[in-house]
Order: sequence, then C-alpha cells, then structure tokens
Amino acid sequence: MSQTVFEPWNDPDAKPLIQFKGVTKRFGDFTAIDDQTFDIYEREFFALLGPSGCGKTTMMRMLAGFEAPTEGTIWLDGQDIAPIPPNKRAVNMMFQSYALFPHLSVWDNIAFGLKRDGLPRDAIGDRVAEMLKLTRLEKFAKRKPHQISGGQRQRVALARSLAKAPKLLLLDEPLGALDAKLRQDTQFELMDIQETTGTTFVIVTHDQEEAMTVASRVAVMDDGRIMQADTPANIYEMPNSVYVADFIGDVTILEGTATRSGNGYDITFAEGQPSLHAESEIALTDGSRAALAIRPEKVSISAERPEDKRNALQGKILDIAYLGNLSTYHVELPSGQIVKAQAANTRRLSRRSFTWEDEVWISWTDTAAVLLEA
Amino acid sequence: MRRLALIAVPYLWLLALFLVPFIIVLKISLSDYALSIPPYSPTLDLSTGWQGIKSFFGALDFENFTFLTTDDLYWKAYLSSVKIAVVATLCTLLVGYPIAYGMANAPDHWRPTLMMLVILPFWTSFLIRVYSWMGILSTEGYLNQLLIGMGLISEPLMILNTNTAVYIGIVYTYLPFMILPIYATLERMDASLLEAAEDLGCSRMQAFWLVTFPLSRNGIIAGCFLVFIPTIGEFVIPALLGGSDTLMIGKVLWEEFFNNRDWPVASAVAVILLLILIIPIILFQRNEQKQREAEG
Repeated sequence: MSQTVFEPWNDPDAKPLIQFKGVTKRFGDFTAIDDQTFDIYEREFFALLGPSGCGKTTMMRMLAGFEAPTEGTIWLDGQDIAPIPPNKRAVNMMFQSYALFPHLSVWDNIAFGLKRDGLPRDAIGDRVAEMLKLTRLEKFAKRKPHQISGGQRQRVALARSLAKAPKLLLLDEPLGALDAKLRQDTQFELMDIQETTGTTFVIVTHDQEEAMTVASRVAVMDDGRIMQADTPANIYEMPNSVYVADFIGDVTILEGTATRSGNGYDITFAEGQPSLHAESEIALTDGSRAALAIRPEKVSISAERPEDKRNALQGKILDIAYLGNLSTYHVELPSGQIVKAQAANTRRLSRRSFTWEDEVWISWTDTAAVLLEA
Repeated sequence: MRRLALIAVPYLWLLALFLVPFIIVLKISLSDYALSIPPYSPTLDLSTGWQGIKSFFGALDFENFTFLTTDDLYWKAYLSSVKIAVVATLCTLLVGYPIAYGMANAPDHWRPTLMMLVILPFWTSFLIRVYSWMGILSTEGYLNQLLIGMGLISEPLMILNTNTAVYIGIVYTYLPFMILPIYATLERMDASLLEAAEDLGCSRMQAFWLVTFPLSRNGIIAGCFLVFIPTIGEFVIPALLGGSDTLMIGKVLWEEFFNNRDWPVASAVAVILLLILIIPIILFQRNEQKQREAEG
C-alpha cells in the first residue's frame, strides 16, 4: 500500500491558496517585512517561527486584514485581498489573548460570527453544537469565559474562529498562555482538528518545538525576511544558513576555511587542530570561509580515539547538562572552541563514564555535519 | 479584638456623620411647629426624669407626613424632581459617553491632559460656575450676543429661568461624574476584542454596539447613578438658573426651612427624599458589588 505524501510545495501543478508577491511592510522608518514572496498551499499547517520583532505577527495581521502591505500584493484563492476589509475576508483569526467576549457565554461567543452572517437560527444552533463537540466543550456552553479554565478558553477561541469554516485560519501564539504539559496535549489536539476540518492553518510562534511538532512546513524568520521555509525535518537536518541552524535546536558552529576534497570539503578551523571533512553539495571556492554546523546528538564521545571516523578531536569536558534521558557534554578543545556532544544516559547517574575535567575524544561521520556559507 | 477595632472605625464614622444627623432630622419631622427657639416642640427635658421622656415620645406623631399628602405641591415637586433628574441624567450620558469614548481612544500621551481638562472645572467654586452660566444664558448674555452677531437669530432666546437652563446647568455640573466611570471601563477594554469582532464579520458600527457598548455597561450604570442621585435633591442649579415654574424638591425644602421657618415639615420633606434615594443607592451598590464579583 502506497501512501501519498502531502507535499504540494514540491508539485509544480499545485495551486497555492495564499501568495505573497513582493510584500513589504514599513512602519515609519522601520521595515517590518522586507520584500517577501512565498506560497502557502491548501490544507497546509504553516508555521511562522522567529524571535519577537522578526515580523511574524505583522505577516499574520496582513493576512487578517488589520494591516495593509506598503508594497506588493497578497492573493487568497486567486484574488488580491488588499481591497477586502477584515470583516469580509474568508479568513479568521485566533488571538493570542483569545479575545473572548467576556459578556457573552461560550455558546454566544462561538455563535457570534455565524449570527453576523445572518444564518437561520437552527443552522447556527447546529454549527455551534458541532464546534462544541469538536472542541469537547459541550458541558460549558452556558458558562461565561471567566468561569472556565485557561485551556478551555483556548478551545473556545479555537471553536469561535473555526465556526465560520474559514478558508484560512490564523493562530497567533495559540498555546502561549498554557502551561507546558497542557501545551503538549493541545498541540496534538490542534493537529487533529486541522486534519478533521481540512482548514489551512497559519500559526505564529516563537516556540520552535511547537512549530516543529504541529507544522507541515516551518518558515524561520529574521528581520522581516523568511530565511528558510521547509519541512521540520529539512529545517533541522538541512538548514540553509548559520542563522537557521543556530535558531533551531542545539548546534555547534565551527568556522574555518574550506578546501575541496572528495565529495565534500576539508575545513581548517583552528591552528594545531586536524582539518575536518564534511560531504556537501554546495559550491565553494577553495580557501573561502565556511561554517560547519554539527548537532550534538550526532557527535559521539569516547575515552579512546575511534578508528572508524575521520573527524575526531580531543578535548576536555567543561560542563555537563543533565537532561534526564540525555546528557549534553560541553567539550573544550585546546584551541578554545566548545563542541557539544550528546549521549543517552543508558546507565545510572552514579555510574556515568565521564565527568568534569576528563580528557575525551569527540567524533562524527563525514555526513553528520552540515557545511554552510559563513 | 484588633479586627473589631478596625471595623469600628467606619461604623463610628457612619454613626457620627450619617446616623446621628438623620435621627435628629427624623425627630424634628415628627415634632410640631412652634414659635420658639428651636422652632419646634417637644424638646427632650431630662430634668423631669422618666415622666419627661414619656411625655416627649408621646408628643411625637406623623402629622407632618400626613400634611405632605394633603398638599399636592409636595408630590408634584418630588415627581418633577425625579423627572428632571432622569432627563438630565440621560442628557449627561449622551454628552458624556462620546467624550469618554474619545478620551479612551486618544493617543496614550494625550490621556492625562484630557483627564485634567475634565477635572479642571472642580478647581473653581461650583457656585461661581453656576453664576457664570447666568451670564452666558441671559437674554443679554454671551450666547445670545453670539447667535445674534452671527445672524442666526434676530430675537434673543429665552433660556435663563427655564427648565432648559436647569438641564444645561445639571449636564455641565455633573458631566465629570458621568465621564470618569465610563472612561475607566472603556480604557480597560482589550483592543483585540474589537479586532476579533471585526474578524468575525462585524462592521465598525456593529462592533461598537455588540462589544464596546455592552462592555461599558457597568461604567454607564455607575455614571448614571452618580449623576441621578445628587440631581434629585439639587437646589442651587434650579434656584439660580430655573424659573418660577421649575419645581424641584430641593427648592421646596429650602423654602420650608428658610422662608416658612417650618422646620418639622421641611424635615419630613427631607426624610421622604432620603427614602426615595435609598432605592437607587441600593441598586448602585449592587451594581458595584456584581462588578467586583465578575472581575473576581
């Protein structure tokens, strides 16, 4: 049985639901969004990820209609949405503060948008009941927002924004106000609901774990630009820039000069240290600066020099971060750089093989590290 | 013990400044008019002992309250006061709400200044401000001069000494009491609520009526009571700006006390006024309490 992979962005025939065409947004002298062109496809769960002030919220508010692009156009379903006011767009938004109407019950909150459309009473009743069931809120229909918990409020906000069956749902930090445990459960719930309703979701978040968990594609943003938009796996395994590699997950960056060798390059990163080899398809001229990004879990740590790996360095353990199931070792090289290595804690803590100040060897394979232009 | 002492402070305050004066007024209202000093009888004479107390209480009766029902001046004055207070309160709301709304939506750095402008009139004496309205509204006043000067009217408008002047005076005087509570609720409101309403299909106008207005309800109620309660008993404004046909209970009270020197009847008028006011005061308190509970 073959399973079709959901990858419309790789299909040249797929018609995007949303198109940003050269969109720039300026507030006075400040450029919030800098000439962005990209597509979002139907049924996608698209995450805008970045530090605060990177422009991700502005991007979302332009989709909702609360901000207009300074330059460029945004297309929704083949239509330029610039002249359509927010109350006429087939786009709904779930607000970071939830923005539930405090004077209305849960039922009335969810029915709010439907009533504005002038639907007949029983159609509204049916739709609200459906939404209450989807978000498991049936028991709370008559309560006011201040009479329910934070998690329930979050679900009311979601139900209200989904009630009008929008073509596109925008979620602004939807899980930001929940505690860690609830956040994890809710992430999976969000994915379920997205799949059940088949709505296109665009989520804004600064939490990379959240973005990686829920999204079909993640767009990493910095300074008003999308640095890379790809699947979570590709973003993690094949970052296209030092910024993305550094932003997502834990990483060690070693900068040096690259020299062509075999299927990749040799990197000389410090005096007195052996050069490192990384297989790569990027084109670099010999002697140019390059950065090697190595994920800690791909670095092994051992007492003796491993025979089978070409990249091996000796160093001293400076710090150990104990994470329960894993430990991250910060190994200082004689040349001063610190390389992170991660190992599973297969033994009990008291019988750990390495401790502070131990001289150890760290090593990784030719394909483990990603070579990037510095 | 310490808790008791803490609770005792407001109760002693209430006792000294409200209950004792009220009991004195109540006692006078149950007395009879007399040509003496003070101008009523009986007075409590403790020198005759138990007999004196007995005859004192025996002389108290509800005669003055019965008298109030025989002369239709009084109930007409009460009714007219309530009517004027209701209309004036609604006018104040109509003027005050847009001002409060404008203040709440003004840029942040403007708000302290605007707030200052609302409170500023309190820095001058209330009496002087009402007098100055006489200068504005009289037939030779600034308003008529301005309107005639602009050629809008040829004959001066008769505003002073009419109910219109009373309404203008009340709206002007009590406007801050309406603006401040409404402004407080509007200013606290989360701006994303309006965006959410718009996002869900509301026009700006609908968003105002469906979200902003109901959410400012507590401020509106508080403001209305703060205007309505003092307005019913208002004396200075109808006395200075109103005409001979402006009937308000505050004026009647004044005439009974100072022109007729009939303290017992005047006190009875005051006691009834208080009873009328107790209803809105209780409603006001309940609104405040409900609001506190909702904000929990």
